[in-house]
Amino acid sequence: MLILLFLSSGLFLGWSLGANDASNIFGTAVGTRMVKFSTAAVVASIFVVLGAVISGAGTTHTLGKLGAVNMIAGAFMVALAAAVTVLWMTRLSLPVSTSQAIVGAIVGWNIFAGKATDMGALTKIASTWVLSPILAAAFSFIFFLLFKKLLDFWKIHIFRLDAYTRIGLIVVGAFGAYSLGANNIGNVMGVFVSVAPFEDLSILGFSMNGVQQLFLLGGLAIAVGIFTYSKRVMLTVGTGVVKLTPQSALVVVLSQSIVLFLFASKGLEGWLLAHNLPTIPLVPVSSSQVVIGSVLGIGLANGGRGIQFKVLGRIASGWVTTPIIAAVLSFISLFFLQNVFDQQVVKPMDHTVNHQTTIIENVPHG
Amino acid sequence: MIFKKTKSLESKMDAFLDKISEAGIEYRRGIKNYMKNNHEDFERHLQQVTKLEHEADELRKNIETRLYTQTLVPESRGDILALMETSDDVIGRAKDTLVELSIEKPDVPAEFKSGFIELARSTSRALEEMVLALRAFMRDPINVRNYLHKVYHYEKESDRLAEELKRSIFASEELQLSHKIHLRYFTLHVDMLADLSEDVADRLAIYTIKRSI
Repeated sequence: MLILLFLSSGLFLGWSLGANDASNIFGTAVGTRMVKFSTAAVVASIFVVLGAVISGAGTTHTLGKLGAVNMIAGAFMVALAAAVTVLWMTRLSLPVSTSQAIVGAIVGWNIFAGKATDMGALTKIASTWVLSPILAAAFSFIFFLLFKKLLDFWKIHIFRLDAYTRIGLIVVGAFGAYSLGANNIGNVMGVFVSVAPFEDLSILGFSMNGVQQLFLLGGLAIAVGIFTYSKRVMLTVGTGVVKLTPQSALVVVLSQSIVLFLFASKGLEGWLLAHNLPTIPLVPVSSSQVVIGSVLGIGLANGGRGIQFKVLGRIASGWVTTPIIAAVLSFISLFFLQNVFDQQVVKPMDHTVNHQTTIIENVPHG
Repeated sequence: MIFKKTKSLESKMDAFLDKISEAGIEYRRGIKNYMKNNHEDFERHLQQVTKLEHEADELRKNIETRLYTQTLVPESRGDILALMETSDDVIGRAKDTLVELSIEKPDVPAEFKSGFIELARSTSRALEEMVLALRAFMRDPINVRNYLHKVYHYEKESDRLAEELKRSIFASEELQLSHKIHLRYFTLHVDMLADLSEDVADRLAIYTIKRSI
């Protein structure tokens, strides 16, 4: 039971992710009534869990390199600090992302524990925050023009186009949910990986290691978030903020899914390595910012009309403010948990510095 | 399953547009036969237009119900229904004009007959181009403009012909004022078909912009 109590902050992060970020995938589809909420919720939940369990390890590994939280009470507080940052900034209508909050909270733990933060990993992570919306904009720009050309060429009847678009929104939405699970489960459960006491499990020929069980729990928390709270967010996204046609929405979701997948797929990384190509870092990115990048790409393909550059400025400011707030909050709350509630949040470790590669490794005692 | 439903709806929409197009042709022939005193043929055309109008109405209601009960094309269904309803008004007007001709049997002097035939030809051309624009809206929105400008052209042409006809009617020294007013009434009615086609074209111009992705 105690383990569930400690995991609760991560599960809460998962719930919050499901409640907010599922709308980036199915928001327009549900808001414009192209897809029923129940269909969207079932598809999103199944694929988010599959993505988390099957492909969630890549981004989690990168977060682990940034800072391996080595006590479960510490992990609880790091996840809670990230969750509170997200909640607080959302209530103040500030741009926020779980990915950036968790990174800040981990850095906060590093500072509290007196561990050096791997600047290489941090730079890699921060650069993807900038790169991911740009990449999404490039994808949606290309896909939008391609779709437009194809539709002009094929002359599909409006009723048939409607049917194709519905199917496309569900299929691409499933891919998007899978990619979201794979990319963002690290945010939700990543800090618990080295401390969760799950044993390997084998049921009916299916075997799951401890990390996959942890990710399954996180995935289920995301699914609960989708079912309990995402409908309202989806209707707001679909009908309020940005007005997209269902075909544009398909382009946005496709671009977003590809970007999330690129930053999460170990398989792709292996393929690129095997072909001596530069790899894409496996890093949790913000699906909301990727969506904004995708919508921006469509705006650019339409001649750049109606693009609000103020919004882009606000996002960029979030890249700095979110991790700083989360780091400060994490540091202070870890201090309280250790000194007021008498919980061990850091296991003492030696530092081994490899000067040849300049990678700092944390080696636990004993 | 989903494609079967879609295909049946596509066929119904095509059939609806066919009815409007046929009604335009029957209407033009009806006016021509009336002017040529072929009253039997005129009545046949009137019956045909009445039948087509009724069938188009049924198709419209059927499509309307299916669009809403099956939540199809949620983004554009309001526009599609508005287009169908205004198109329905066009053939409703065609039928009403023929019905009034049949009831009131206006006496059209020989020198004005070609004017009425010419006017009916121009207004029915506006209607035909409107149907082509509607077909393009369904399948090929970038070509809608090519038809819209023809609708506007024939509407203007019809206005010019109607004005010419009315001027010559009122310039006549042989006709009573009541007779002139009666003929003007029918001139207005025949011309109105082009005005209603223009209304559909105006809506189409906006809806086509909305339809582009």
